[in-house]
Amino acid sequence: MTVARAQAVVIGASAGAVQALSHILPQLPASYPLPVLVVVHVPAAPSGLVALFSAKCAIRVREPEDKEPIVPGTVYFAPPSYHMLVESDRSIALSMDEPVLFSRPSIDILFESAADSYGAGLVGVVLTGANEDGAAGAAMVAAAGGTVLVQDPQHAFATAMPRAARERCPAAQTLPLNTIADYLVRLGAI
Amino acid sequence: MDAALNLAAGEPVEDIEIHLLLEALYRRYHYDFRHYARASIKRRLRQARTQLGFVSLSALQDALLRDEAVVTRLLDYLTVQVSEMFRDPGYFRAIREKVVPHLRTYPSLKIWIAGCSGGEELYSFAILLHEEGLLDRTLLYATDINPAALEIAQSGVYALDRIAAFTQNHQRSGGKSSLSDYYATAYGRAVFDKRLRDKVVFSDHSLVTDAVFAECQFVSCRNVMIYFDRPLQDRAIGLFRDSLSRRGFLGLGSKETLRFSEHANAFTEFVREEKIYQRREA
Ligand SMILES: C[S@@+](CC[C@H](N)C(=O)[O-])C[C@H]1O[C@@H](n2cnc3c(N)ncnc32)[C@H](O)[C@@H]1O
Repeated sequence: MTVARAQAVVIGASAGAVQALSHILPQLPASYPLPVLVVVHVPAAPSGLVALFSAKCAIRVREPEDKEPIVPGTVYFAPPSYHMLVESDRSIALSMDEPVLFSRPSIDILFESAADSYGAGLVGVVLTGANEDGAAGAAMVAAAGGTVLVQDPQHAFATAMPRAARERCPAAQTLPLNTIADYLVRLGAI
Repeated sequence: MDAALNLAAGEPVEDIEIHLLLEALYRRYHYDFRHYARASIKRRLRQARTQLGFVSLSALQDALLRDEAVVTRLLDYLTVQVSEMFRDPGYFRAIREKVVPHLRTYPSLKIWIAGCSGGEELYSFAILLHEEGLLDRTLLYATDINPAALEIAQSGVYALDRIAAFTQNHQRSGGKSSLSDYYATAYGRAVFDKRLRDKVVFSDHSLVTDAVFAECQFVSCRNVMIYFDRPLQDRAIGLFRDSLSRRGFLGLGSKETLRFSEHANAFTEFVREEKIYQRREA
């Protein structure tokens, strides 16, 4: 099973992100053995996400700098106004390229580069949001043999993003929010 | 199917194509992108391929080897031109408050804006130096590899709809005048005052292939090295070190760091949170 080979988790969230992530990230234990890379669409001002989630989480939370090596047991939030990508040597690459689908950071860009780099070892999670970012990325994660989880749109704060992801990526598994947390925790226990 | 093919053959086909295309670009035109950070180059090449209408990167390579016009178009994908005046106002505020007092002690100054794009960063420096009474004794070098960007920098003309953001940044950076003092509007554009670039040398210079050309007191290279891989970053930082005078300053982008560089020891952190470094004494 692909699950046994999981090497990294990528998460994308937009409208309603903070609340949805609050159901997931605090569940991850301090010894969580995978890196978790997160793109949240936020206004350009400093996000405050790191401070917010550091306070709530056992796992380490960072806003990475360019070329930072990706290490397990760490949540990386894409810095506001930068795209965050994964290099093949498993380090973070930031870029100032134009926004994609009006977003920088872009979920698609993170998912695409992480899929190239981790292949079947990647788990991609698309959460609540009112746009279509993440759909193309989810399809690329699946095409590379990785696993895609989508928050059940019925219970999502904003349904468009998980819906779009499901449409573009039929292989995606739809799960309620609390089950996603369970899934990721179990992944780390294997 | 792709995946099976890749398994059988080893390296993914697309990675081989990227390698060959960048090699071709270098051998034929001396644009050297071979050591740019691969993840974003890959993405931009994928974009270029679809938007320029080629079925594969190999087809794109074939075209660029024979048609220089394709190279010009490709350059716009390979070099990212996103910029803003007084981008990250805290950086310029720190220069104003902490670096300028040191710069005042020099009878004449040289400042190098490396990877100046369309000139937004250059004009930010020129205006700041003017406000601090230092512009008259300063020579600025503005360099980039993208000829179209250098032309825009030289003209100092920007779309009016960008001015509101520039103005807000300028104020937040501690600006001592009104940005509108520095430009005139014409035909829906803002034209920045010629006097700001009286002593600017615009020049085509690549951090990948070219050498140091002057001794400077300040080098600002922001959001350029994020596009380089680590060995190439080291080359560029080596150039900056060799260009800086004793105790000269190096400013990077807000998410860039010398932490992973082999030249980290040549510098001390001067304003840590704004990524302003100072050259150590020997
Ligand atoms: C994202 S822009 C940064 C603009 C500006 N420094 C800023 O921070 O707003 C990157 C610039 O680096 C330039 N560049 C890319 N490779 C370069 C190289 N090898 N040498 C010099 N400039 C380069 C690009 O042409 C582009 O203008």
